[in-house]
Amino acid sequence: MMLASLTTLAVLKDSIGEAMEHVQGYIYPNELNLIWSVVIVLYPYLTGLVAGAFIMASLVKVFHVKSLEPIYRLSLLTALAFLLIAPLPLLVHLGHPLRCYEVMMTPHITSPMAIFGFVYAWYLMAVLLLELWCDYRHDFVVWSQQSHGLKRLIYRALTLGVTDISEPALALDKKMCQIITVIGIPSAFLLHGYVGFIFGSVKANPWWGTVLMPIIFIFSAIVSGIALVMFLYIMFCSFRNKPVDMACLNTIGRFLFYALVVDAAVESLDWIHRLYVAEEHLDVLVLLASGKLFYSLILLQAFLGTVVPLVLLGLLEIRKNRPVPPVRREIFLWCSQLVMLGVLAMRWNVVIGGQLFSKSLRGFTTYKVELIGQEGLFMSIILFVAPFVILGIFTKLFLPRSEAEEASTAPVTST
Amino acid sequence: MKSSSPTTRRRWLTVLGQAVVGLVAVKAARPVKAAVQNALATAPAPKSYDPFAHSWRMCIDVEKCIGCGLCVEACKKENHVIPKAAYFRTWIERYIIKRGEPGSEDPRGETIVDSPNGGHDGFPPSTIPREEVLKSFFVPKLCNQCENSPCDQACPVGATFRTPDGAVIIDKTYCIGCGFCIQACPYGCRYLDPNTHMADKCTLCYHRLSRGLKTACVEVCPTGARILGDMKDSRPDNPIRQFVEKNKVQVIKPHLGTEPRVLYAGLDKEVR
Repeated sequence: MMLASLTTLAVLKDSIGEAMEHVQGYIYPNELNLIWSVVIVLYPYLTGLVAGAFIMASLVKVFHVKSLEPIYRLSLLTALAFLLIAPLPLLVHLGHPLRCYEVMMTPHITSPMAIFGFVYAWYLMAVLLLELWCDYRHDFVVWSQQSHGLKRLIYRALTLGVTDISEPALALDKKMCQIITVIGIPSAFLLHGYVGFIFGSVKANPWWGTVLMPIIFIFSAIVSGIALVMFLYIMFCSFRNKPVDMACLNTIGRFLFYALVVDAAVESLDWIHRLYVAEEHLDVLVLLASGKLFYSLILLQAFLGTVVPLVLLGLLEIRKNRPVPPVRREIFLWCSQLVMLGVLAMRWNVVIGGQLFSKSLRGFTTYKVELIGQEGLFMSIILFVAPFVILGIFTKLFLPRSEAEEASTAPVTST
Repeated sequence: MKSSSPTTRRRWLTVLGQAVVGLVAVKAARPVKAAVQNALATAPAPKSYDPFAHSWRMCIDVEKCIGCGLCVEACKKENHVIPKAAYFRTWIERYIIKRGEPGSEDPRGETIVDSPNGGHDGFPPSTIPREEVLKSFFVPKLCNQCENSPCDQACPVGATFRTPDGAVIIDKTYCIGCGFCIQACPYGCRYLDPNTHMADKCTLCYHRLSRGLKTACVEVCPTGARILGDMKDSRPDNPIRQFVEKNKVQVIKPHLGTEPRVLYAGLDKEVR
C-alpha cells in the first residue's frame, strides 16, 4: 500500500516536473497540452487552397479573362482534389470520429463549427461537382464513345446517362456553367470566410478573436490558391513536355501580385490596430510574435512568404518584357512556392500560435509535434500529399494529352 | 434513353419522397428518444429533482482561502478526475504581488502567480523574500457556469448545455471531442479527457446538488471560503443571499460578457 502510494507520488512528481519544463510564466493548469495540433493547421490550409483555386477558375467564366483559359479546367480539378481531402484532418482530429454525423444530424446552430457540414456539402455538390459536370458532359459523351475498357466505363458513368450533345443541350450546359460560377464565387468566400469565423469568433482568445479574421482568411486563401494553380500549371507543362503559355503565366502572376498586396495590407492593418489600441493582451502577443513565433511569423510568413514574392512579382509586373520568358518562369515557380509556404506558416501561426500563450496572459506552453500517431507529422504529410495524388489521377483521366485531343476530339470547343 | 426517362423521374421522385419522410421521422423520433431516455435515466439527477425550482450560485470569499488544496483533492476523488497535472475541474492559484522597486512611483511591483499541481498538495513556501512581498493571497478557480457560456455557444452538436437551475454540463453521449469548447472557454476550465477523448469540466457536482447535497469542494472547505446557495430559496438565512448583500462581488473577466454564476468577493485587479 505504502509502496503503491509512493509510486503514485513519484509518477505525479515526474509528470509535474516534465510539465513545468516546457512552461514559461504561469498558465492555467488545464492549458498544458494543446488541443488543436498540426492536422488542424492543415485544415484551413487545404480549404483555402480550394477557395483560391476556384476563384482562379471563376476569373475565366465570370470575368472573361481570356488569357487564363489554359488553366480553367486545371483550377477546377485542383479545387475538387483538395476539397475531397479537406474534411479528413478534422475527422482524424475528432475524439469520436464515428459520431461526426451528429454535426449534421443534430447541429447546434449557435456554433460556427456546426455549419461546416452544410457549407462543405453545398460547395462540393451544388458548386464544384455540378460545374465540372456541366463543363465536361460533352467530353464525357465523346470520350465514352472513343475509349475502351475501364476508361469507357468511367466516362459513361460520369455522363449520368445524359448523352444528348445537340446544340441546344450544349448551350444549356454553357449557360449552367456560368450561373454556377456566379453562385460559386460567394460560396468560395463563404467556405473560407466561415473557417476564419471559427477562429475570429473565439472571444476568449485575443490572438484569434478579431473581426478581421474571416477577411484575412479569405485573402490568404485567394493568394495561396493562385500560387498553387501557378505552381501546378508550370509543373503540369513540364511533365507533359509542352511550353508554358507565357501570356497565361503573366496574368496569373499579375493576379497573385495584386491579391498579395491586399492580403499584406489587411494583415498589416490587423497588427497596426493591435499595436495602436494596446489592450491588456498586447504584451503577451508581442512576446509571442517575437519569441515562440519568430521563425514562422517574422521569417517565414512575413519575409519569405510576403515581402520577397511581393518584390519579385512587383518587378516582373513593372518590367513586362525582361527578364526573358524562361527566367520569368523560374521566378514565378519560386514565388508560387514561397507564397504557399508563407500561407502554410500563417495557418501555423494562427492555429498553434493561438494556443501557445495562456488565456491568463501570464505565460506560455510549448508544442511538440509528434511524429507518428493520429495527429502526427506523418499523418499531416499523408493528408497534404493525398490531394496531389488525386489530382494526378484526375489529370490522367480528364486532361488528356493534346495530341490525342487534336486527333480524336476535334469538335470539342475549348472551354 | 427517351422512353425510360419518365420511369426514371418517377423513381427519383419516390426516392426523394422517402428521403423527406425519413428526415421527418428522424425529427419526430428525437423527442420520443429523449422522453424514453429521461424515463430511464438514473444519473446525474434523480427523477424527483425539479431543476426549475432552483437557481444555483457559488460565491468565493478570497480573503478566507488558505490554499490547503482540500477542495482540489475532494473534487478529483468525487468526480474521478485524472490524477495528473493538467486535468482539473477546480484548482487554486497563489498570487504574490511584490512591492514596487525602491524609488519607483508604482506602489506595486511584479505579480507572480503559481499553482503547483493545481494546489492539490497545498503550496510550498515561496522563495521570494518576505520583505519584498506587498501582499499574497489564494484564488480558488472552477467553471464559472456562465449565463452566456461561450462553451455552450461553441459546441457544434449541443453536447454542452445549460440546465434550468444554472449549471453548464456535458452530455457524454453526444460529445464528438472536437475541442472547440475548450478553445472557447476564457477561463481554462475545460480539458480533453485522454481516456474518454471527450471534453470534461466541473458540473457543479450536479449529481450531488440534485440530491440535496453540497458540492464536494464546498463540503470540505475548512474556512468556508466557498459558499453554495440557491437564489430561489427565499429563507432569510440563505447564505448566498446574505453573502451577496454583505459583500461587493465581482466576476472574472467581466468585459467578455459571459455573466458568470460564480461570484468573488475581495478580488484583486491582477486576477484573471
